[in-house]
Amino acid sequence: MTVFLENARIINPETLEESTGNLILDDGMIAAICSASAPKGAQVIDCAGKCLAPGIVDLGVKIGEPGERHRESFRSAGLAAAAGGVTTIIARPDTSPAIDTPEVLEFVTRRAAEAPVRIHHMAALTKSRAGREMVEIGFMLDAGALAFTDCDHVVTDTKVLGRALSYARSLGALVIGHPQDPGLSKGAAVTSGKFASLLGLPGVHQMAERIGLDRDLGMVEMTGVRYHADQITCARSLPPLERAKANGLDVTAGVSIHHLTLNDLDVGDYRSFFKMTPPLRPEEDRVAVVEAVASGLIDIICSMHSPQDEESKRLPFEDAAPGAVALQTFLPAAMRLYHAGAMGLPMLFRAMSLNPAKRLGLPQGRMAEGAPADLVLFDPDAPFMLDRSTLLSKSKNTPFDGQRMEGRVIATFVAGRQVFGQEGMINA
Amino acid sequence: MSFRARHLLGIQHLAPDEIRAVLDLADKYVEFNRRSIKKSDALAGMTQINMFFENSTRTQASFELAGKRLGADVMNMAVAQSSVKKGETLIDTALTLNAMHPDLLVVRHGASGAVNLLAEKVNCAVLNAGDGRHEHPTQALLDALTIRRAKGRIQRLTVAICGDVAHSRVARSNLILLGKMENRVRLVAPPTLMPAGVQEFGCEVFDDMEKGLEGADVVMMLRLQKERMDGGFIPSEREYYHRYGLDAEKLSHAKPDAIVMHPGPMNRGVEIDGEIADDINRSVIQEQVEMGVAVRMACMDLLARNLRAERGARAAGVMV
Repeated sequence: MTVFLENARIINPETLEESTGNLILDDGMIAAICSASAPKGAQVIDCAGKCLAPGIVDLGVKIGEPGERHRESFRSAGLAAAAGGVTTIIARPDTSPAIDTPEVLEFVTRRAAEAPVRIHHMAALTKSRAGREMVEIGFMLDAGALAFTDCDHVVTDTKVLGRALSYARSLGALVIGHPQDPGLSKGAAVTSGKFASLLGLPGVHQMAERIGLDRDLGMVEMTGVRYHADQITCARSLPPLERAKANGLDVTAGVSIHHLTLNDLDVGDYRSFFKMTPPLRPEEDRVAVVEAVASGLIDIICSMHSPQDEESKRLPFEDAAPGAVALQTFLPAAMRLYHAGAMGLPMLFRAMSLNPAKRLGLPQGRMAEGAPADLVLFDPDAPFMLDRSTLLSKSKNTPFDGQRMEGRVIATFVAGRQVFGQEGMINA
Repeated sequence: MSFRARHLLGIQHLAPDEIRAVLDLADKYVEFNRRSIKKSDALAGMTQINMFFENSTRTQASFELAGKRLGADVMNMAVAQSSVKKGETLIDTALTLNAMHPDLLVVRHGASGAVNLLAEKVNCAVLNAGDGRHEHPTQALLDALTIRRAKGRIQRLTVAICGDVAHSRVARSNLILLGKMENRVRLVAPPTLMPAGVQEFGCEVFDDMEKGLEGADVVMMLRLQKERMDGGFIPSEREYYHRYGLDAEKLSHAKPDAIVMHPGPMNRGVEIDGEIADDINRSVIQEQVEMGVAVRMACMDLLARNLRAERGARAAGVMV
């Protein structure tokens, strides 16, 4: 079926341009970006001048399958993603059991079919994410794994890591690391400093991230592997990242939307919904990292969607589980950066859609003829108060509960098909 | 009345006039406790539950005695040993207790912020008897009362807090209280036992004890919390005693009339020399214990008054 989206403010993350025009979607692709009128028989949708951008490609979403389906299923995650303008989910392998064999990968690939958005999978780098033996990287690549990561488990044995990275390099596989020195960060609940001392919470210094990154970059230089750092959250980590890129290493870096929009003071009176891995940082770090995204030094913004049930969060801060759900709040939270003047919408969507797709070898993320028709139509200025009970994720652990947000998704399209429509605006 | 708080969760939430209100009332209870008949009806008809998730002998006894002298029905829940600690979450425990309609809940817990969390879920007044390495407000108040009685004031004094500051809730509460009352606070500890960023609290930081004690009016020693040590904070106890243990030589750098304090229980020969601890001219450690009961009586009395006023207002509101 042909869909005609007229009068849209078109966001192009490749050219970093905005324009007003119409889109013709045909056969799951963007057939044309034009000023012509609707072709015969097409379904016409009036965008009313609102923004139309490539759908978000979210690198690093935790879904509770297998093992924790009560926290999040592929279906619930998919619905939340569609409502949040996320058209491609790259799922994390930190499940129970971990996605570390082709068989488990086949299982989740089958299960993922019930979601209304595209879902791809990453695989663990080592068996059970235990850091001792590498997984069957070749088989898993053949079975569709887009990248290999032990998530927040750091492979401490550099011999094991070196072999896994060399092997991954021979197959051209992308490895995603979690830059963190596990010795320094052991037991930490917040970033160390005045605030941590005031609350009496165990803290970790920002240097733990920098030391972890330095080590990983050394391993990348040694093996030549394609490497992505999942979250760079400290000002101190930026110079080594910049040097590595200047030296021609095949390195990219990401950051979660929470680290771009919240800081360590938000923890306030032991609010466990603000407990993250790594912990939220002081404002100076947040500002530095936002600038690094705006300059392109940090390539990718992700949601780090981490569903946790109430029981895991309603505990003393130190004992509470880290992480936050974010699929549905990702875009409104990102609009804070836009409204604060940190970067324009094309640059934001370069970091949220184009860059992750490019890094993973996916055709998504582009606003061009012949690109997949995965799109999000949104109003960057629409205000609302977030009520966590309205989230479609099975888990409701969002730090934005009760907060004023600006930016609402109006409609989401995957392969030219509408998978979400804001009530009263566009019917799904 | 100048004491407005509903709970006593930390010194952080108290205004200077509220601190003064507690100390003034506690002064009266000190005299009261020295009488032969020490029984008041300030808390008559009220139920006080002591819930100590961490073992404690001294603080729990002090709270129990304080409640009984004020006429409350006091119950000690042995949560540290019971199944409560294992299966049930803190929130469930709080809800269970709340259903029994206590009026005062005295809580000690090993996790920072745990008492705040519990206070959100109950209708009674909650007293923090120590949460993790966060706060221990009644200890800071009893220390302030001890200082005020020994020095005649609780302003413009130089107070050195020495030892395991990093793991100490006593240090945190004292630091906040002494700062609020406009004293000069110094922290003395090896860098491994000093929390990050404390300079920003407006105190001076020393790793040399003699320099830290120079001209101090009050020397407050902290217990070296051996049970909290993950290992490797200090090379050995004997080196610690040599560099940071309070002996006559180190104390000679403080003012000649400086008083010596310790929240107890003491490790003699680790953080403090036995002779200093027992020197009746310098040590006020026994007074601190006495002040403890009086301060806890004052805190519970004030919280109970606010609780009654709140309930009265609510009842009146319902009738209107």
